Amino acid sequence: MTTKTLKEKENVVVRFVGDSGDGMQLSGTLFSETAALDGNDIATFPDYPAEIRAPHNTIAGVSGFQVQIGKRIYSSGDNCDVLVAMNPASLKSNLKWVMKGGIIIVDVDTFTDDAIQKAGYTNNPLEDDSLSSYILVKAPMTTMTVEAVKDIFTDKRSSERSRNMFALGMIFYIYSKELTYTDAYLDKKFKKTPDIIAANKAVVRAGYNFCENTDVLQAQKTVVGQAVMTKGKYRNITGNIATAWGLLAAAEKAKLPLFLGSYPITPATDILIELAKHKSLGARVFQAEDEIAGICSAIGASFAGAMACTTTSGPGLSLKSEAIGLAVMTELPLVIVDVQRGGPSTGLPTKTEQSDLYQALFGRNGEAPCIVIAASSSANSFYFAFEAARLSLEHMTPTILLTDGYLGNGSQLFRIPKMSDLPEIKPPFATPNDTTYMPYKRNPETLVREWAIPGMEGLRHRIGGLEKLDGKGSVSTESANHQLMVNNRAQKVQKVADRLPDQKVMGDEDADLLVVGWGGTEGALKLAVEELRDEGKKIAFTHFNYIMPLPKNTGDIMKKYKKIIVCELNMGQFVNYLRMNFENIPMLQYNKVQGLPFEVSELKEKFNQILGEK
Amino acid sequence: MAIEHSPVQLTKADFASDQMVKWCPGCGDHAILASILGIFPEIGYKKENFCVVSGIGCSSRFPYYVNTYGFHGIHGRAGAIATGVKIANPHLSVWIASGDGDATAIGGNHFIHLIRRNMDMNYILFNNRIYGLTKGQYSPTTKQGQITKTSPFGVIDYPFNPGELVIGARGTFFARAIDNSPKTLGEVCRAMAAHDGAAIVEVLQNCVIFNDKTHAEVTNRELKEERQLWLEQGKPMIFGKNRDKGIILKGNHLEVVEIGKDGITEEDLLVHDATRENTGVHMMLAQMCPPEFPMAFGVIRAYKAPTYNQIFEKQMEEASQDSPIKCVDDLLNSGDTWEV
Repeated sequence: MTTKTLKEKENVVVRFVGDSGDGMQLSGTLFSETAALDGNDIATFPDYPAEIRAPHNTIAGVSGFQVQIGKRIYSSGDNCDVLVAMNPASLKSNLKWVMKGGIIIVDVDTFTDDAIQKAGYTNNPLEDDSLSSYILVKAPMTTMTVEAVKDIFTDKRSSERSRNMFALGMIFYIYSKELTYTDAYLDKKFKKTPDIIAANKAVVRAGYNFCENTDVLQAQKTVVGQAVMTKGKYRNITGNIATAWGLLAAAEKAKLPLFLGSYPITPATDILIELAKHKSLGARVFQAEDEIAGICSAIGASFAGAMACTTTSGPGLSLKSEAIGLAVMTELPLVIVDVQRGGPSTGLPTKTEQSDLYQALFGRNGEAPCIVIAASSSANSFYFAFEAARLSLEHMTPTILLTDGYLGNGSQLFRIPKMSDLPEIKPPFATPNDTTYMPYKRNPETLVREWAIPGMEGLRHRIGGLEKLDGKGSVSTESANHQLMVNNRAQKVQKVADRLPDQKVMGDEDADLLVVGWGGTEGALKLAVEELRDEGKKIAFTHFNYIMPLPKNTGDIMKKYKKIIVCELNMGQFVNYLRMNFENIPMLQYNKVQGLPFEVSELKEKFNQILGEK
Repeated sequence: MAIEHSPVQLTKADFASDQMVKWCPGCGDHAILASILGIFPEIGYKKENFCVVSGIGCSSRFPYYVNTYGFHGIHGRAGAIATGVKIANPHLSVWIASGDGDATAIGGNHFIHLIRRNMDMNYILFNNRIYGLTKGQYSPTTKQGQITKTSPFGVIDYPFNPGELVIGARGTFFARAIDNSPKTLGEVCRAMAAHDGAAIVEVLQNCVIFNDKTHAEVTNRELKEERQLWLEQGKPMIFGKNRDKGIILKGNHLEVVEIGKDGITEEDLLVHDATRENTGVHMMLAQMCPPEFPMAFGVIRAYKAPTYNQIFEKQMEEASQDSPIKCVDDLLNSGDTWEV
């Protein structure tokens, strides 16, 4: 190996793209986890089509996985330093994500006339100079993969299958990563098929060695920034797994069985899949016949004394609306997780969006307030799922947790907490044989009712969706009582704010612009603001996780700044909610509804433009 | 999943509620309520271990009139709510009160699926073939051609027969009873309570206001002995005022015969076996209706099969024995982790 000075970069973004079925998710995951073990911070995002296997070599069938590794990582990045494209269609649909001067590695063997045409190219893009502003690496991945496994496999299908490992080997070379983690993964995953282990190991090495003999790539060998991380034990985690674990942690803290009633829906299904594995932790998971049965079974479970949850995405939340109202009326704890996706209707099932906020806040008949909170990173989905359960259980109110496809499917490093460091959860259980028990008697401070669980002696009672008489809880249609109960339910939710942490602001008190965000966009917004501050701009940033109710100091913060811009992946749902709450504070807005996360570059451009205006 | 029994003998009074019963005078629901109030103390569970769940409709007011833990849900969803109750707490005896609209129209999906799963609960289906609480629109069990408020020219829909739905979904228990026959209603409910799994009882219930005498073709005093076949386990299927008629299986269908005519004796009659796994004869029995046949009553099907809840609890137990992950700290630290 030549001893050249290696390039250095704080962060790099790698994007693996190919036909769905080409194994891009696996290449991406193995690279991410290897980097994490090697001391880089990471954030990943899979970008896959709604179809499982769309027609071969078409744009519709392109599946991708992007990862950013390095020193200071808040998101999976905008544009990539390296694009690995396994066929012409994936090159065509992803070229826009490659930064000028970036590296494009293609499997040149796949650029047949037929595939080039299917991708919608008129000329072979590898030969017409259209890629001259990039470093193009034409690697014969298929040929070399077949060559590497010729002693193991002879049939075409088996021989070519490990192409994704060739690509992975190349990326390992460029970023000087060891193969140890991948070897260990393969040994475990294919324990029963030693041929596959041997083939994959041979191919990943072939890819690595190919680079070593390719001058252009030797020059690109790069050392990526090491993360400065708080001491502790770490793992890589997706937002959906983190959500599932946060719910399990809350159930353990509350000493209650966890019940999940759910129906499969993209991109929330992974939470159901994860919780279904954990019967040993007492997770009672029920895959229902539909979304409505998912939530209704959870309401029944909550009545019966479980920590009940239902998980879904936008259209599923619509189906659950009536039942959420029932949980509001019966004042039972219930966590509703909405992993938002592009809407309306079926919309863009595999793409991210923040457009369910109105639905979460207002999407029910009657005056039906819920607690609404939002996670803002894949890793903190753990804490906000825990928090959703804690608030719901302690305030006897359904709580909607909003995450999104970007957080749910994306992954991040997660510093593993100790259960003993998490707060206690103390649901307001009724006392058996309490002769003064009444189902709707409230704690005068919090307005929370007591939870009497079937089986408890001396507390038999009936509740349901009809309006209840204050205190006693029998059915009542009396007008003054209805007003009182509507007020009580609203105030009970507002009083949750007494227990919320203050909203925090990053940046200068006298900043010229306050950037406001909520939920899954935190990474991109924070990075954009930090970069502008590094450039000397006076800009501040506040990001909301608690939405209904808002933290008590929200108004004080908003009043301080001359200009405010609220950024969100919808047409302005949070900004309008803030305007409703703070009528006299002018707010600008920046919105995008393209099924994609914010790019730091577009945010900086927008903020700069506002900062430049007088 | 034993349900804890009461240390003392309970009585009807232990389950009487303080709520005024607001069903119309003469409504069949009163008789059903009386039967259940009689059976709950007999079953012997602690009174706190009963949970009655309902949806929306006249019959769904039921939980308010029984002093147990009760949940009055939303339209059609009683089955789904009760499923959550039972999975969360298998030590409860779960009962559902639902109507033909609630169970077979808006709640049809939950109804067939709780049956398919053999979810351990007792489901009373009050069938008055009409929407009563909304004042007289046709339901999925209303007869074709009937004039109702929403079918001024007659109902076009073909009706559901709830028994066919239950057995078609491979239900393990289906029985049929009549509101005005407290003794047989009681017997059927007792059999339902004794059955582990999804037990469905269809009660032919009269709505005096919006669908009076809808079941008269089988309940009419003059006709009833000719039109009701009360099934008894292990007994030949005999009916008629003079107990001279019976049911035989001829080829692949049922037929009504006269005992003593054409050499037919009791020996030739079909003997009822509710416990068979095969649904064929049970389905044919559930389908019988006048004028060609009598209607079958009593326990038509009671097949013993593991319940969803038994299998569920077994999996829970085995998983907690086998898994190395015993608490959330174990989970958080499982798999690939590293120290920084």
